[in-house]
Amino acid sequence: MSDFATLTDITGHPDGWETYDADQQPRMGFFTDTSICIGCKACEVACKEWNVIPEDGLVWTGDSYDNTSELGANSWRHVAFIEQRKPLRQDDEGDDALRWLMSSDVCKHCTHAACLDVCPTGSLLRTEYGTVVVQEDICNGCGYCVPACPFGVLDKRHLPRKPDDEPLALPLLGKKEDGRVWKCTLCYDRLKGGHEPACAKACPTDSIQFGEVDELRDRAHKRLDKLEQNGWNGARLYGDDPDDGVGGFGAFFLLLDEPEVYGLPPDPVVTTKHLPEMWKTTAFAAAATLVGTAVAFLGGRE
Amino acid sequence: MGTSFGRGGATDFQQDLQNSDCIVIMGSNMAENHPVGFQWVVEARERGAHVFHVDPRFTRTSAMASKWVGIRAGSDIAFLGGIINYILEHECWFDEYVKHYTNAPVLITEDYQDTEDLDGLFSGWDPETHEYDITTWAYKDTEPQTAPGKKSSATRGEQSGHGGHGGGLSHGEPPEEDLSLQDPNCVFQIVKRHYARYTPEFVAETCGCSVEEFLRVAKNLCENSGRDRTSAFVYAVGWTQHTVGVQIIRAAAIIQLLLGNVGRPGGGIVALRGHASIQGSTDLATLFNILPGYLNMPQSAAPPGLDSYIERGTAPAGWWGKLDTYIVSMLKAWWGAAATKENDFCFEYLPKIDEDHSEYWTFTQMLEGKVKGYLIAGENPAVGSANAKLHRAGLAKLDWLVVRDLVETETAAFWYDSPEIETGERKTEEIPTEVFFLPASSHVEKDGSFTNTQRLVQWHYKAVDPKEDCRSDLWFYYHLGRKIREQLKDSQDPKDLPILDLTWNYPTHGEDQEPSAEAVLAEMNGFDSAGQALAGYKLLKADGSTASGCWLYCGVYGGDINMAARKKPHWEQSYTALEWAWAWPMNRRILYNRASADRDGEPWSERKRLVWWDAKQKKWTGVDTPDFDEEKPPDYEPPDDAKGPDAIRGDHPFIMQSDGQGWLYVPQGLLDGPLPTHYEPHESPMRNPLYSQQASPDRQRFDISQDPHNPSADEPDGDAYPYVVTTYRLTEHHTAGGMSRFVPYLSELQPAMFCEVHPDLARERGLVHGEWATIFTARAAIEARVLVTDRVKPIRTNGRVVHQVGLPYHWGSRGLTTGGAANELSHVVLDPNVHIQEVKAFTCDIRPGRRPRGRRLPEFVRERRPR
Repeated sequence: MSDFATLTDITGHPDGWETYDADQQPRMGFFTDTSICIGCKACEVACKEWNVIPEDGLVWTGDSYDNTSELGANSWRHVAFIEQRKPLRQDDEGDDALRWLMSSDVCKHCTHAACLDVCPTGSLLRTEYGTVVVQEDICNGCGYCVPACPFGVLDKRHLPRKPDDEPLALPLLGKKEDGRVWKCTLCYDRLKGGHEPACAKACPTDSIQFGEVDELRDRAHKRLDKLEQNGWNGARLYGDDPDDGVGGFGAFFLLLDEPEVYGLPPDPVVTTKHLPEMWKTTAFAAAATLVGTAVAFLGGRE
Repeated sequence: MGTSFGRGGATDFQQDLQNSDCIVIMGSNMAENHPVGFQWVVEARERGAHVFHVDPRFTRTSAMASKWVGIRAGSDIAFLGGIINYILEHECWFDEYVKHYTNAPVLITEDYQDTEDLDGLFSGWDPETHEYDITTWAYKDTEPQTAPGKKSSATRGEQSGHGGHGGGLSHGEPPEEDLSLQDPNCVFQIVKRHYARYTPEFVAETCGCSVEEFLRVAKNLCENSGRDRTSAFVYAVGWTQHTVGVQIIRAAAIIQLLLGNVGRPGGGIVALRGHASIQGSTDLATLFNILPGYLNMPQSAAPPGLDSYIERGTAPAGWWGKLDTYIVSMLKAWWGAAATKENDFCFEYLPKIDEDHSEYWTFTQMLEGKVKGYLIAGENPAVGSANAKLHRAGLAKLDWLVVRDLVETETAAFWYDSPEIETGERKTEEIPTEVFFLPASSHVEKDGSFTNTQRLVQWHYKAVDPKEDCRSDLWFYYHLGRKIREQLKDSQDPKDLPILDLTWNYPTHGEDQEPSAEAVLAEMNGFDSAGQALAGYKLLKADGSTASGCWLYCGVYGGDINMAARKKPHWEQSYTALEWAWAWPMNRRILYNRASADRDGEPWSERKRLVWWDAKQKKWTGVDTPDFDEEKPPDYEPPDDAKGPDAIRGDHPFIMQSDGQGWLYVPQGLLDGPLPTHYEPHESPMRNPLYSQQASPDRQRFDISQDPHNPSADEPDGDAYPYVVTTYRLTEHHTAGGMSRFVPYLSELQPAMFCEVHPDLARERGLVHGEWATIFTARAAIEARVLVTDRVKPIRTNGRVVHQVGLPYHWGSRGLTTGGAANELSHVVLDPNVHIQEVKAFTCDIRPGRRPRGRRLPEFVRERRPR
C-alpha cells in the first residue's frame, strides 16, 4: 500500500478502512439539519466541556451573533449566523421577510481525507468508526495537514500566549500547549464507551443527529423531500454524495442556501487528489530533463 | 393566571406543545431562553402547526417560527384586544365552552362603568388615593370580599391571588346568569363593548404591524381552535415586565377561554419562568405577601386569631374552601408539638405585614435609612433591578449586607467597584455598610429539587463536593437557625418563642454536616399523627392531626417515596410522562383538564382526548391525572348547604375558583381593572390612541429624586427621549450575569455589551456598525457596541417612525466580560398587582461614540435632562 493509497483508487476503500478486522464498526457520523438549528451554541459549549478545550479569546465580532467566527484548534463546533432579507418559505409574502440562518459546522470526517494522506507521523488516523482523529501524543506540530484540508478545519493551537496577554481563563490547560493540531474527534472516547458525541447529546432540537452514516443519508434525503414539499426556500444537502470530490462527508449537512453563504466551499476536492499525477508528471519532467541534457551533451560533442 | 383560572401557574406543560395546532409566542423569546423546551415547538411546527412569534425584535425564536410579526414594545394589549374583538366580531368563540365553563353569562352590577364610558378609567377610581374602589365591578347582588384593613394592595394580585379565594361570591350563591349571552350587563356583552374599537386597523396603527399580519394571526388562532383543534399561547417576562403586565396575561386568558383552549391538550397558556426554580421559590413563599402554597400572609390590621384568618380567606366554594386544613397543617409542620388547638396552633407566631414590603419598596426604605441589614441570595440587583444605581445607593445606606452567591457579584462588590466609584460620586471610605460575602455551592454540588416552569418538581443529586467554603443554601439557613436557637436557648422572652418552638431537627451528614434535603421535602409533603407520609392534600385536616409544610406539594413524598426523583423517560410511557418526577398539584400535568371533556364528560373530540368520565367505573380517567374530584359525576349539582369543593358543579372545571368557572371578567383580585385595556407604557413617545388617560392610572410609582422619569408624549418635552428601548436576555448569558460572565465558555460566545438598532436609526443618529454608541435616559448613560440589524423593527405609525433600541441586560463591571448594565437606564415603575418593573418598554436617546468618563458622565446625563 503506497503512502498515498487513497489516491490509487478514489472510489474504493481509502487507507486504513479495512485494517480493523473484527473490531471494524459501522461508519458513524453527523447529519446536521440546519432547518431546525436554533443557534443556541449548546454544541460549542458541550464540545469544549467534554474535550477540555481552552477559551478562544473574548472577541466581539459584530458578525450577527457569531463570535466564534470559524472552526479551529480551540473551536471544534462553530455556529454560523446569517441574516438575510429572504422569506423562509417560497410562498411567504411581504416586504420585510427576514430569515436568520444558523448552522453548526464541524470537521467533515471525509471519506478521502487529505489530512490523513499528508500526515508524516501517523498522528492522524482513521478509526474503526471511519472517523478521522488526531492523536495528541503523536502529533509533532509539523502542520502539513493544515493546508491540506479543503475546509480549513485543521489548525494549530497557538499556545502558550505572549507574556503580556490576558491570563487564560483556564490557565492550567494552556501551559502544555505547543502548537499541535487539534480538531473534532467525533468524541472518539465517548464512542468507545457507547455514548453519542457531546454536541449531539446537548443539541436540544436534534439539529445535530448522530448515527450510522448510511442511515443518516436516508434520513437526510427524506428530510429534504419534506422541506421541498413544504416549499422551503433553498433547501439542499451538502456533503451527502459519495461521488463528490472527497467521497462524501462523514458529517454532512442540510443547508438552506448556497454553501458559500455559510462559508463552506461549494465543490470541495481532496487536495491530494492530483498528487500521483503530479508525481508522475514530475518524474516525466525529470526524465525528460535528463534525456534532454544527455542529448544536449551528446550533441555538443559532435 | 390566578385570577382567570384559579392558580398562578402555567396551565400546560411544554412537551404538550407538540399537540398544538397553532402556537402564539408573545412576550417570550423561547428559543433563546428556554431552548430545551423549545424543541416541542419545533416538533409542533414539523407536525404542521402554525407558529407565530409576535415581538419587537426578530430573534432566534422568530427564525424558527412560521411567521414573525414585529410590534412596538408595550403594545401587547392592543394586539391581544384586537384578537378578542376579531373572535367576537366573526363569531369564532367556542359557544358551549364559553357558556358553561366561563363567567360569560354572569350579570355584573349595573353600577359598573367601563373605560369606554369614562375615557380610560373604570368606575370606582379615586383621584385622591390613586386607587380603585372595586365594589362596582362585582357580580350582580354580591359584595366583593375585601380584606379588612386598608393597604390591601400589598396582599392581592396575581401571585397572592393564586386562587379566587373569596372571589367576589361571599354569600356562596350561584351568580345570576343569562345563558343567551344577550343581557347588556352580562360579562359577554361587557367584553364585547370593551373591545369593539380594537379593530385590525387600530391594531396596525398602535402596534406598527400590518393589518394583514394581524389578521393572519387572528384567523389562524380561530381556525385552529374548537372541538377538534387547539391553540396555545406562550409568554415569559416579555409580558410581565410592564406596568400592565398582569393585564397582558389576562388578555391572553380571555382569548383562550373564548376559544375554549384551556385545560385541553395542545392548548392553554404556558408561562415560562425567568430562571430555574422561580416557580418553586414562589410556591415556597419567597415573596413577602404569601406563605407556602400561596396562603395569604397575615396582616397586622386584620382582626387577630386563626379563626378570623380562616374566615376571611375561605372561599364558600372550590378548593380554597379547605383553607383551614392547609394553614393548620402548615403551622403543625413549623411548630410541631408546640402548636395546639388551644394556642391557635401558634398562628400568632407568624409575622404580620402592614405595607408593601416588595423588593422595590424595601429599597426605597433603604434610601431613607430605615433598613439596617439586608441578606441577598442568588440575586444581583446592582445589575438586574430597574435603576441599578438607585439600588446601589440603597445598599450604601445599610449597616450590614450579606451576599450569598457563586461569585462575587456587582452587588457584593458595590462598595469598591461600581459606576459611582468610577465617576467619584461615591467614595468607598464614605460607605458605612459592612459587607459579608458568603460563597454558595451550585446545584451540582448539592442534593435538592428544581420546580420548573410547568410546576414539575425534579430532583437532582450532588455530583461533586463544593469547593472550599462554598456551602448550600440549605446548609446556611439550617445552621444559621441552629446557632440562633443556641444563643436564645435560655431566653424567656416571648418574642423568641417562635424561633425556639420551631421544629428544627433535620438529619445531617458528612464532614460539613449537610442537612438532608430529602427530609425537607418530606416535611413539605407532610405526615399524619403516626408519622406516615401523606399521599395528597385531600387528607389534610384542620384539627392538628396532620402536618404539611406546603399543601400544594402534598403527595410529592407520598408513600415515603421521593416522587420528584422518578426518572422514567417519556418514550417508555405516554407523552404526559406521569412517572417522570412529580408536578403539583397531585401530579396533574394539564391544569383544569376537566375542560378537555364536554359537559357530559365526553372528550370534545377523538383527536383531543385527555380526561373523560368513565360511566362504568364511575370515575374520571384519562392520560393525565384528572384535575377534578375523581368520583364527582358530570351531572353533579351541589345541594344548597354544600361548601368548599362539594359546592362546585360536576360541569365546572375551574375547581379553585369560587364559582368553578374561568373568568373572562375579574370582579375581584386585581387592582387595576376587571378587563385589560390598552395603556401606553409609563414612558412612551406615543399618545394613547384610545383615551386621554395615557398610561395605566394605577401603576405603582415612587417619587424619588434620584429616579427621574423621561417625559412621555403627553407631557412637555415629550420628545426628549424619542426612542423606545426594550431589554432582554441572550441564550449565552444568564440573567444578571453571575452564572455566565464568570464562565469562559459562555463569555466568549457573547463577549461584549451591545445594542441592536435598525439601519434607518443608525443613519439618523450616525451610528456605525461595530463601533460604540452611548445610550442615555434621565437616569444614566451607558455605552455599548453597535449591532446594526434589520431584526429590530422601526414602527411606522401616524405618518411617523418610532425606532426601537434593543439592549441585553447581562453586563456589569465584573467577570471575564464586562460592560454597561442596561438597568442603569431603566426607571422604577411597577405593575401594582405584583410589583414588577417596567423594563420591557421605556424610552431613551442614543448617540455615536463612547460615554464620557469620570465626573463628566453625571454631568452629561444632567445636561440632557429636560427641566
